[in-house]
Amino acid sequence: MAQPRPDAVFAPWDDPAEVPLIQFKNVTKRFGDFTAIEDLTLDIYAKEFFALLGPSGCGKTTLMRMLAGFEKPTEGSIILDGVDIGPVPPNERPVNMMFQSYALFPHLTVWENIAFGLKRSDMPKDQIGDRVERMLKLTQLGKFAKRKPHQISGGQRQRVALARSLAKAPKLLLLDEPLGALDKKLRHETQFELMDIQESTGTTFVIVTHDQEEAMTVASRVAVMVDGNLAQVATPDQIYEAPTSAYVADFIGDVNLIEGTVEVQPKGADPTSVAIKWSPTEDPIKATADTPPPAASTVQFAIRPEKVAISAEKPEAANVMEGKILDIAYLGNISTYHVEVAPGLIVKAQATNTRRISRRNLTWEDHVYLSWTDTAGVVLSE
Amino acid sequence: MSRKVLILLPYVWLLVFFLVPFGIVLKISLSDIALAIPPYTPTLKDGFWTMVAGLDLENYAFIGAGAVFAGFAAIVLSAVMFRIVYPRVRRALVPDTPNGFFDTAAAALTALAVALVNVALVVAVLALLFPALQSFVDVPDFLYFAAYLSSLKIALISTFLTLLIGYPIAYAMARAPSHWRPTLLMLVILPFWTSFLIRVYAWIGILSTEGYLNQLLLSLGIIGEPLTILNTNIAVYIGIVYTYLPFMVLPIYAALEKMDDSLVEAAEDLGCTALSAFWLVTAPLSKPGIIAGCFLVFIPTLGEFVIPSLLGGSDTLMIGKVLWEEFFNNRDWPVASAVAVILLLILIIPIVLFQRNQEADQ
Repeated sequence: MAQPRPDAVFAPWDDPAEVPLIQFKNVTKRFGDFTAIEDLTLDIYAKEFFALLGPSGCGKTTLMRMLAGFEKPTEGSIILDGVDIGPVPPNERPVNMMFQSYALFPHLTVWENIAFGLKRSDMPKDQIGDRVERMLKLTQLGKFAKRKPHQISGGQRQRVALARSLAKAPKLLLLDEPLGALDKKLRHETQFELMDIQESTGTTFVIVTHDQEEAMTVASRVAVMVDGNLAQVATPDQIYEAPTSAYVADFIGDVNLIEGTVEVQPKGADPTSVAIKWSPTEDPIKATADTPPPAASTVQFAIRPEKVAISAEKPEAANVMEGKILDIAYLGNISTYHVEVAPGLIVKAQATNTRRISRRNLTWEDHVYLSWTDTAGVVLSE
Repeated sequence: MSRKVLILLPYVWLLVFFLVPFGIVLKISLSDIALAIPPYTPTLKDGFWTMVAGLDLENYAFIGAGAVFAGFAAIVLSAVMFRIVYPRVRRALVPDTPNGFFDTAAAALTALAVALVNVALVVAVLALLFPALQSFVDVPDFLYFAAYLSSLKIALISTFLTLLIGYPIAYAMARAPSHWRPTLLMLVILPFWTSFLIRVYAWIGILSTEGYLNQLLLSLGIIGEPLTILNTNIAVYIGIVYTYLPFMVLPIYAALEKMDDSLVEAAEDLGCTALSAFWLVTAPLSKPGIIAGCFLVFIPTLGEFVIPSLLGGSDTLMIGKVLWEEFFNNRDWPVASAVAVILLLILIIPIVLFQRNQEADQ
């Protein structure tokens, strides 16, 4: 989750006076008949850690390659720091990229790999050595300076790639699935290392990933992409708690989606409250929305499983449903219960395993009650 | 047990098909020419010990083997010296690593000059200290020595030309869309489906005075009268480059094809132009392929016989051709065998170097 900084909340996207570092203006990219990016407009601010998240083929890598200069937009323009970078070739952009395969030069040592970009710049020779040493220190690679890329481990290679792309102090660093090749534990450690490095160097990072957990962990803002369009751009907590579409809600984490129609509210009721009729026989779901959808419209009610409580006795809550446990997924720290509340409608509820599994009082085929408050879920009109 | 048999197999092969024939050729090279069947003496018919006692080094002295060896030793010594001197010169001339093409060229030329002077000095000192060496390098018939040197020259130049033509072909193949590559590879290998001899004969039809090339150039009005290409060294170069091109293209293609495309992108991302990305990344990474290709062309070209005898003129001097003429025109088997043995010993040097390159590559 995004963490508020100790001094002030970092949210340049909410500040209308702030000038974005990168502006995509109505960018379209076509490969022959295939449209990879469709009329996309997006602002990314300086010092942001911006994540592009989406399934493979959604256009996130194309977007990144356009920033690096390997692809040119078919229509629209990309502005970096006030300059239209459309016609600028990759070697003249103040942008560096860390490749998914790392793309380390196998014939050069770690030291030479990091110095490669510096030697092509106009940096004086005596400063190159210092800069490389600083990068080696930053990524804790000092011991491996003389080794070739095939003589170090995957995690070390990843750090060499990072050091190489940071060495030229770019205005913008692009990371293409940077942690994809690492195992889970190393990935978690490296995510925090990345965040530290991003903060200490003050570089703007744009990361492409298909791993939603990774995006949520590292990013200040996440853009969820689908079929060349932006589904939602928001902070990780907003994406999770207040998705604007069923697609985003479903893509990020686990969610229960219940379809229903909005009921007419009685006079004098809270203007933000919504009642959703989802079954002819059961009580409607009570929820809230800032701008409630019109009555009789079809909506989706989305609620995260961890916000659904499960109990054997009937609880007091705004929403209560009863059903039968079909399945239990035991994940160690938590369990997910699949509860059939109506024929064909299964609602997932998550509970922390505060008791040992042998002492759990709920089991298959049990009759249980699910409950949640009226603010726990989100009403999605699309 | 079965493992030992497996290891034994290539050794038996080597013994039967290489060492035994080599031993026979070596024995003939130590014999004397005779008007007999077989055309040399002594033979086993004279008894084993009489035969051994009758062997001598006359033929080697005749073809100037000492001079050939001294010549090749000087070349190898120069190359070794160059390898030692070059990095030092480079460090002294261009401190630190950033480099341009002209820095490299200047350092290489200086190192070459230093190496040659050093070798000349060593030779001069040896000649002064050991006057007996002069008879060792004495050349009674200059033909053979000249043929070895000329073969070396032709092999080096045609290897260079093959590289010059083969590299762009391999590069284009490796850069082609992946669904095209099997077809392109097929096209490179396709000539092997017809006889090598027929293909070389075909070049006679193309290159002769009334050949297709001259007809085309005349009809286009580029030339006023037919060019004489056939039976010159140019025709030999064309033939060699044509024949051995696949041996250059294939290893370079293999090296380039397994190269990750994102390496070039990374180089450009880090500030290289397309050209400098090629020199700094693509070229060094294709080096094993270039070296393998150069050896695969150089080694067979050095002893090439068919191409110079079909396409070359009477003044095209190549050791393979001399060997043939010695055997079949002169019927001087002992001298021909001596020529063959020396050729083989010379070829061992590049073969060992090639082997080392292959091992380093793995």
